[in-house]
Amino acid sequence: MNIKQRIAQRVAQEITPGSLVNLGIGLPTLVAQHVPVEANVFFQSENGVIGIGGFPEGMENPSLTDAGGGYIGALPGAAAFDSAFSFGLIRGGHLDMTVLGGLQVDEQGHLANWIIPGKMVPGMGGAMDLVCGARQVIVAMTHTAKGNAKILQELTLPKTSDRCVDLIVTDLAVIKPCDQGLILLEVAPEVSVDEVLAATEAKLIVEHPVKVMAL
Amino acid sequence: MKQPIDVSDAVAMIPNGATIMVGGFMGVGTPDQLLSEMVRQRKHNLTLIANDTARPAVGIGKLIDAGTITKSIVSHIGTNPETQRQMIAEEQDVELAPQGTLAERVRAGGYGLGGVLTPTAIGTVAAEGKQVIDVDGESFLLERPLKADFALIKAQQADYYGNLQYRLTAQNFNPLMAMAATTVIVEVDEMLPVGCITPDQVHTPGVLIDYIVKSGVLA
Repeated sequence: MNIKQRIAQRVAQEITPGSLVNLGIGLPTLVAQHVPVEANVFFQSENGVIGIGGFPEGMENPSLTDAGGGYIGALPGAAAFDSAFSFGLIRGGHLDMTVLGGLQVDEQGHLANWIIPGKMVPGMGGAMDLVCGARQVIVAMTHTAKGNAKILQELTLPKTSDRCVDLIVTDLAVIKPCDQGLILLEVAPEVSVDEVLAATEAKLIVEHPVKVMAL
Repeated sequence: MKQPIDVSDAVAMIPNGATIMVGGFMGVGTPDQLLSEMVRQRKHNLTLIANDTARPAVGIGKLIDAGTITKSIVSHIGTNPETQRQMIAEEQDVELAPQGTLAERVRAGGYGLGGVLTPTAIGTVAAEGKQVIDVDGESFLLERPLKADFALIKAQQADYYGNLQYRLTAQNFNPLMAMAATTVIVEVDEMLPVGCITPDQVHTPGVLIDYIVKSGVLA
């Protein structure tokens, strides 16, 4: 299994049956593939739909896309709505979980994922509202980028929100931000605690025994 | 009754220098034919309010390619390298707003509100210069309403009173923008006799619509 699918599979274990979940563009989108249909999870896309599901291969509807602009399917019981309503769901505490990609996370759990000043200016899109409003925020990202740590003592990029995320899932580890700092909860199979510590610039709190991700 | 008008006549009403709202999300629910005509009539110096600028040659991307926009208020330009280039080259002044905040600012403009209070973006660079207001011990940003001279929106169906129905995720910012502009021009795929859209199914009441253009006529 490739790294991204491994991350997606681990994130999927955090999803409660019957909950309302928003998956960010890119890696987080893969999470849906690892959630069984029987779990009755409702996936929202912030461009205005609850009930994403299935792949419309050959049946694409130009008026039914996700927030990345890709064609999606809608399950029986799906609902469509405008952007103000969609973000009312997000900000108003109705969204149980969002899974977002990340560029950096700091020692308190602040996320940066919307701009690299001077280099890449995608804009925040829905990310600031999602981090601010979702009941639970999970960051799904590779542990490092081109060998550089992404989990840092301090962010070097502009943060997405004052609010700290609830869980960080990477290809190497599962990390939980809390009042004392970042707790290393799990390591990936065949990855040692020392390897995770070496790939992380922020201080990690290691409370033995660290579990191995069940994949 | 509102008969559909010619797309060129509709666009001719929009002066250079106008502020326009354009519906759509990555080109979905965008009035494509109106935008092509904007380019053909060489509109320029426009201020754009929209969710995003789609991709080059797609939807609002056509306005960007043609250099019609000098200022924009949008939430996302990541899929359009040309918008990013114009922003960095200072050919276009781009104001980035969180998507939910942008939606609420348009809604506030259309609903006669003096702004909205949102917790989104507090403590970030997107909050710079904005007033923070305390409500019962919680902090909120004051975000100001947005209005436009013209709203260019897209619906799937209209009746001859201008009652609109949108389709699935092509709804997005369209119903909000229909409330927030002095003149509203809608591009529709299908015209229906009055009464075919039942009251419960009307997303945007026809009284808000000034002009209807039929899509596909001059495609």
